[in-house]
Amino acid sequence: MQNRVKTVKELVVNMGPQHPATHGVLRLILELEGEVIRKCTPYIGYLHRGVEKLSEDLTYVQSLPLTDRLDYLSSMVNNVGFCIAVEKLVGINVPERAKFIRTMMSEMARICSHLVWIATHALDIGAMTVFLYAMRDRESLLELFEMVTGARLTVSYPRVGGVRCDVDNEFLDKLYKFTEEFPGKVEEYETLIDRNRVWLKRTKGVGVITAEEAINWGLTGPTLRGSGVYYDVRKFFPYDAYDKVEFEVPVGKNGDIYDRYRCRMLEFRQSAKIIKQCIEKLPEGPILAENALRIRMPESPLKIDKKDIIFEIYTEDKQIQEFIQKFTEVYASVEAPRGELGFYIVCDSSSKPYRMRVRAPSFVHAGVLPKLCEGSLVADVIANIGSIDIVLGECDR
Amino acid sequence: METVYIILITTFKTLIYFGILMLHVAYATYAERKVIGHIQLRLGPMLVGPHGLLQPIADVVKLIFKEDIIPTKVDKAIFRIAPLISLTAALSTFAVIPVNKNWVISDINVGLLYVIGIAGIGTYGIIFSGWSSNSKYAFLGSLRSAAQMISYEVALGLSLVGVILMAESFNLTEIVNKQGEYWYGMFLFPQIIGYFVFVVAMLAETNRLPFDLPEAETELVAGYFVEYSGIRFSLFYLAEYLAMFCMSALATICFWGGWTIPPVLLKALPALGLIPGIVWFLLKVYFHIFLFFWLRGTLPRYRYDQLMAIGWKVLIPLALFNILVTSIFKYYL
Repeated sequence: MQNRVKTVKELVVNMGPQHPATHGVLRLILELEGEVIRKCTPYIGYLHRGVEKLSEDLTYVQSLPLTDRLDYLSSMVNNVGFCIAVEKLVGINVPERAKFIRTMMSEMARICSHLVWIATHALDIGAMTVFLYAMRDRESLLELFEMVTGARLTVSYPRVGGVRCDVDNEFLDKLYKFTEEFPGKVEEYETLIDRNRVWLKRTKGVGVITAEEAINWGLTGPTLRGSGVYYDVRKFFPYDAYDKVEFEVPVGKNGDIYDRYRCRMLEFRQSAKIIKQCIEKLPEGPILAENALRIRMPESPLKIDKKDIIFEIYTEDKQIQEFIQKFTEVYASVEAPRGELGFYIVCDSSSKPYRMRVRAPSFVHAGVLPKLCEGSLVADVIANIGSIDIVLGECDR
Repeated sequence: METVYIILITTFKTLIYFGILMLHVAYATYAERKVIGHIQLRLGPMLVGPHGLLQPIADVVKLIFKEDIIPTKVDKAIFRIAPLISLTAALSTFAVIPVNKNWVISDINVGLLYVIGIAGIGTYGIIFSGWSSNSKYAFLGSLRSAAQMISYEVALGLSLVGVILMAESFNLTEIVNKQGEYWYGMFLFPQIIGYFVFVVAMLAETNRLPFDLPEAETELVAGYFVEYSGIRFSLFYLAEYLAMFCMSALATICFWGGWTIPPVLLKALPALGLIPGIVWFLLKVYFHIFLFFWLRGTLPRYRYDQLMAIGWKVLIPLALFNILVTSIFKYYL
């Protein structure tokens, strides 16, 4: 009998961009053999809004609201990152109070973002209850954001040289109460999923990234720390008030989905701890640097022509004027909930950035997806996407 | 004349059963949303009628009048027939399920076999729908379903062998009567392993969490019924809920003593005997239905290979062990 050659026909599945579990508009082309993924090709760009290019046509201050739209789940951190880059560029010293407020707000944003992560990650694996619990707690934080900034999602609150407005005691009381209650809420999620055999089976030993691979891929944030690499911008290059508060950086061991999950769960507690310290240590004083950049707007925008509405940055500080005269470049990064978020700006001494480039953690993390998915099963793809926690807004920019 | 009489009576019984069943299914969806609502700290339906009680009716009206979209490249005949197969199979199982003493449409001797056999036919509906949809997600969903059903049907069948050995009958009424002969009035205690296997397999058979892989909305969008809309979509849901009721009824009959109360309990509290059997039956059924809802609010979803491993490596050996133990006891006692 002749040996028959079996031909295996691969099934090519388009996962996304409208798939419920692709966290935005990620598109994955999966080549399947049964349920096993032989090849995975991620496609991005469905959310591209040209933020980097747009900002070249806008002044620094005008670019600030654009950064909100990058990682819309933690817009506060993006704002802070951008402001720090511009402050570094023009050499502005931020007042202490503003630094503490920013730190506080960044950590609030981290909790908010991680809450959406745990919600969607759990939902991807099929646990819907966690989703609603996390959304409930996020709501209270969004209300606090609204109290101070007037906005819930895209806050545009920090300013170059400080923050837009001061926080009042009512806000601080409410936030303090939140930090007291929040660890209990985290325990609630853990009760639902951490001791759940199904959850453990789905996450332990799945999607492993070794420490070496994680560094080679350029991963940052909890995704890197899950693999056991101790790196956190807040500790290594402290900005704002991070050098004045005490906190630990949780590190994983095995680099699997479970370790990344554990890292983020521990970060919840650390963030609450940081917020608490910020409230306790919050100094009195101004919230905006004296020589901060100010926006000079026409006195009555209604009376003048459209072409005359010009936003301009000016400063009276001679030193800064000289500094700005030079054609210079700057890179500043912050620890966003997803990892190291960097802003690289080339300045040609005009009021607009000559070039701006964002080092978005989600973009880097999306690159590791084929490595994680190939050889695993369809169900693991969504667990992996959830575990590296990407937001396509900042991935596409 | 007698044949006509039997046909008329059976038709009448069937219609009553059908009506009551449909009402139960409609309100099971309501109950599910309420139970899950409480677990997840939300209200559930509240707007239509007092406490949203008319919501199931509104849902039915909406689904009937919703546009029925059939994609261009589907296999139209099979696409249309698939939900009907699922529904018919799910409905047919109730023909032999006794809900009270002598309250059954057809008291056949192979009742248990009939239920398992007919319930298996429902898989055809799922496979047909997945295949005819001409969609990869639907296809994957139906393939998963086929594998899942075959694996868990074996475990389900084997888990009931212990009950059959103890009752020495396939007749569901007989099984219930036999349980009444024991002082504890239920096969639940001697057949606890069988019951465990049955409950797990029942979740898998009805595609409920943590085994809802054929639909797995976050992986396969909606799985086998992704292309269905309107009334056809609701027929699948109807079949799923009917299957839930069927499996709960089977668990009640085979392990919980059906409509009877344990004799020991009746001796202690004779007043309990005044409560009609149907109430006990429904209470036991709804306990299992609640179990379905509760698990949905608590558990994440298994992965496909893990599901298979549980079916073949845990449940089937357990069920076989149960059969062995039951046989030994039966032989020596």
